Amino acid sequence: MVTSVLWRLGQMLFVLVGISVLVFLVFFATPGADPTARIAGRNASPETMARVRVEYGFDRPLPVQYARMMEKLFVTRDLTSYVNRGQKVVPEILEAAPVTVSLVSGAAVIWVVLSVVMGVIAAALRGSWVDRGLMMLGLVGISTPVFWLGQVVNLVTQSRYHESWLFSWVPGLGYVPLTEDPLGWFRVLLLPWLTLAVLFVGIYSRVLRADLVAVQSEDFMRTARAKGLSPVRVLLVHGLRTSMITFVSLFGLDFAQLVGGGALLTEVVFGLQGVGRLTYQGLSNLDLPLIMATVMYSAVFVVVANAAVDMVYAVLDPRVRDGG
Amino acid sequence: MEGDTLLAVRDLTVALPIGGRLVPIVESVSFTLGAREILGIVGESGSGKSVTSLAIMGLIDVPGARVSGSVRFRGRELVGLAPRTYRALRGREIAMIFQDPMTAFTPVYTVGWQIDEQIRAHQKISRKEARSRTVRLLGDMGVPDPEQVAGRYPHQLSGGLRQRAMIAMALSCNPALLIADEPTTALDVTVQAQILDLLRGLRRDYGSSVLLITHDMGVVAETCDRTLVLYSGLVAERGPTGALFARPGHPYTAALLDSIPPLHGPRPKRLPSISGSPPTPDERPAGCPFALRCTHVHEACAVRPPLVACGEQDVACVLPTEGRPLPPRFVPEFCA
Amino acid sequence: MTAPTATSPFASKPVGPWRRAGRRLARDRAAMTALLVLLVVTVGCLLAPLYARDVAHTDPFTSNVAGSVMIDGRPVDIMQPNDNPLHLGLSPIGPTWRASADLLGADSQGRDLAARLLYGGRTSLMISFCAAALCIVLAGMVGIVAGYVGGVVDAVLSRVMDIMWAVPVYLFAISLSIVTVSQGLTLGPITIGSDNLLIPICIIALVYVPYAARPVRGRVMTLRRAEFVTAARALGVPGYRIVLRDILPNVTGTLVVLAPLMMALAMMVESALSFLSIGVQAPGASWGTIIQDGEGLIYTRPMVAVAPGLAIVIVVLSLNVLGDGMRDALDVRDSGRERV
Repeated sequence: MVTSVLWRLGQMLFVLVGISVLVFLVFFATPGADPTARIAGRNASPETMARVRVEYGFDRPLPVQYARMMEKLFVTRDLTSYVNRGQKVVPEILEAAPVTVSLVSGAAVIWVVLSVVMGVIAAALRGSWVDRGLMMLGLVGISTPVFWLGQVVNLVTQSRYHESWLFSWVPGLGYVPLTEDPLGWFRVLLLPWLTLAVLFVGIYSRVLRADLVAVQSEDFMRTARAKGLSPVRVLLVHGLRTSMITFVSLFGLDFAQLVGGGALLTEVVFGLQGVGRLTYQGLSNLDLPLIMATVMYSAVFVVVANAAVDMVYAVLDPRVRDGG
Repeated sequence: MEGDTLLAVRDLTVALPIGGRLVPIVESVSFTLGAREILGIVGESGSGKSVTSLAIMGLIDVPGARVSGSVRFRGRELVGLAPRTYRALRGREIAMIFQDPMTAFTPVYTVGWQIDEQIRAHQKISRKEARSRTVRLLGDMGVPDPEQVAGRYPHQLSGGLRQRAMIAMALSCNPALLIADEPTTALDVTVQAQILDLLRGLRRDYGSSVLLITHDMGVVAETCDRTLVLYSGLVAERGPTGALFARPGHPYTAALLDSIPPLHGPRPKRLPSISGSPPTPDERPAGCPFALRCTHVHEACAVRPPLVACGEQDVACVLPTEGRPLPPRFVPEFCA
Repeated sequence: MTAPTATSPFASKPVGPWRRAGRRLARDRAAMTALLVLLVVTVGCLLAPLYARDVAHTDPFTSNVAGSVMIDGRPVDIMQPNDNPLHLGLSPIGPTWRASADLLGADSQGRDLAARLLYGGRTSLMISFCAAALCIVLAGMVGIVAGYVGGVVDAVLSRVMDIMWAVPVYLFAISLSIVTVSQGLTLGPITIGSDNLLIPICIIALVYVPYAARPVRGRVMTLRRAEFVTAARALGVPGYRIVLRDILPNVTGTLVVLAPLMMALAMMVESALSFLSIGVQAPGASWGTIIQDGEGLIYTRPMVAVAPGLAIVIVVLSLNVLGDGMRDALDVRDSGRERV
């Protein structure tokens, strides 16, 4: 048990280091131009350039540069945005995180509930028009760019039909903290939640249906039916419970990626000041320290979530528990 | 076999849609099973043994499948029974155990939980009572330390223990009929013998009849009172096991018996095998389905032979009616 | 005991697997519809210059703010005072539904939207097709090498893939784009300009390599243990020959099925990057950049953003439906594991 936990931690550390190297290489070793100019931002003065070069050690070998960067990100946490007049990057990210977490958690609740319902119904009515219809709907969800869907939602609810009874409750774009005004928080986030959830409802309902259909031909499903259990119980208690294992591992990764910045497009379209939007702003001013910090932040999040998924996995599947 | 008839199957036909048309997998299978009797159904894979048993359980759920004929259990017609009524019967009066005990238990629940589940599906008793019955059953099935085993997950048990647990689960509601689909195929030989012992003891201890499905003539000889030989979804021969082994009436039965290695006497260099493979259901010839592989084939085989009485058995072959039945063969000691 | 339905109805007729898959696909009405839609869209987009020159009589790449179009014989200004009280100033003309005069209206620069859509589609299709192809080639190589060589090579490649996959795809693509979009890319003597379409193509292909390589590696590992490969190895057939003659033909199915799905994913990423203005660079157009153009007009002239979005949905949906159909036809999902 202890060795397996240590092994797991070691792997985590390895992936984290790997990601930091990858991010570092992307930003500082891409062939083409001087990273100093990238850090300093557009039209930086020669003095700024010189300061950046010394501060990040760009005149020294790559490993030193890497160490410097990691120190700035995790130890001293004084990575500075030159574009944004010396604002510290790490606190800025910590401030934006609650917005992203609110957005992603709500969407996750919606997509898990909807996709389980859709997947189970489709699998139970396999081959019927209901099944085909639900799966085609899922495919449409998968095929819709989220930023465009957000725009259309805004168009309908903020402008075209905002005056109608259906959408008059929709507040303007922006974010309201949960602690200040729970109802406002809910109202402002409901549409972003739904928009973000659409893609994942599509993916998850299709994955779950496929798993449930595959599990139908398993021997233990036949045993369950031979025991005289009702079809609903067979499908939910035996089929769904077993299929949930893949579902959960998928969920952990997607959730982590979204919290780690994958929800960027939704945040941008709905004007939510989260981590993703921060990255977006960094994009528009070519604020590399900011972007790099957010990417690192997301990677850390993904790796931690990966470990969490593995633990849940062990809870869900006794075979994994013993195998580890 | 004396005693009242528990199960009477008449002209059972199961047709599944293959390539857009209904193909009869099992055709006009008839047999009866008395109380406390063990009937063996033998055949190669693809002969329709499992489909027959699933049809009796009402578990054929391929969309578009058609089950016709009659299955009477305790005088009650099962074909066309309402799903809800069937469900109350399954697991309670007719139970089934499967070939591979590894995959037949749901991997994410403990063995005890799954046995409890079956008990509680049919009887309104508390969790605690169900568990104590589960532990008792496991003990009866020869499981050492049953309390602990009940708390184990399927993958933590050996194949033999799993199959014992499977049988315990099947017996948990005292079924009158137990269908065992190749219960020993996936097990070691020694464990196989123990499980067969267990099955033989059931009629004494639980009063259950057993329908034993197998491809192994040795298992049949050791265990079954009567035997039904299926070939390509049709009955080839049926009758008391002893008679069938001593004087097989169908060339297929005889060929099956020849392929068992003898226990005594000189060992043949090579066991005789039946050349070729049985026809798939959609390519089954209009005449005798075994004609293609039979050494006795002649013109009369172009018409499908009906089951006729031949000694103690019923045989679907023209040879006995033509007055030239197969010769009696050497009877292995273990079934004399 | 095998399920009775498993007996193949084609057992007696020897038909090649590809031809059989083709026949099955041809019977799949959804997949055929999708294929037809894709063909129509592709042909339409390829005819973009023809449409711009001979039907719409405009140049969709130059600003036309001061221009006018002829409607019912009268010239109408492209930029008009609008009726939206919240939006001051001039707005481009809305849909006229006349092919010769801004069929779908104009964008903020007064350019013909319909013509731009066709040109944009050409770019979007081209990028996603090339990115998918490149990605599959790279993933095929990585997957085959990792799966066939195994050992340390496999461990290293797999870990690198794990690490790449741990970074959210969109963030990874954005990071790569932001670095290259400002200054382009210099690889020794080769310099690729920041507006070169090769940059988004390479980026999109690269970020999806781990995704596509995984199933290939799995398939190769199963094949390597297969008897015919073991036999070939025992006979001393050189590795590259086994890979080319035995492994490659057998993973082609997996790769082919991946193709439309990768193209769908690539189109989504391309549109997102272009929407964030770090994909296709002006004056080039893709459906993503047109949506970006339309963002400012969303409340006054929603057509500018809605139309390219719909185009993306239709094409990506068709690709996904086609991919599903191909997977079913080639039966890739089940070919790996056989039930005994």
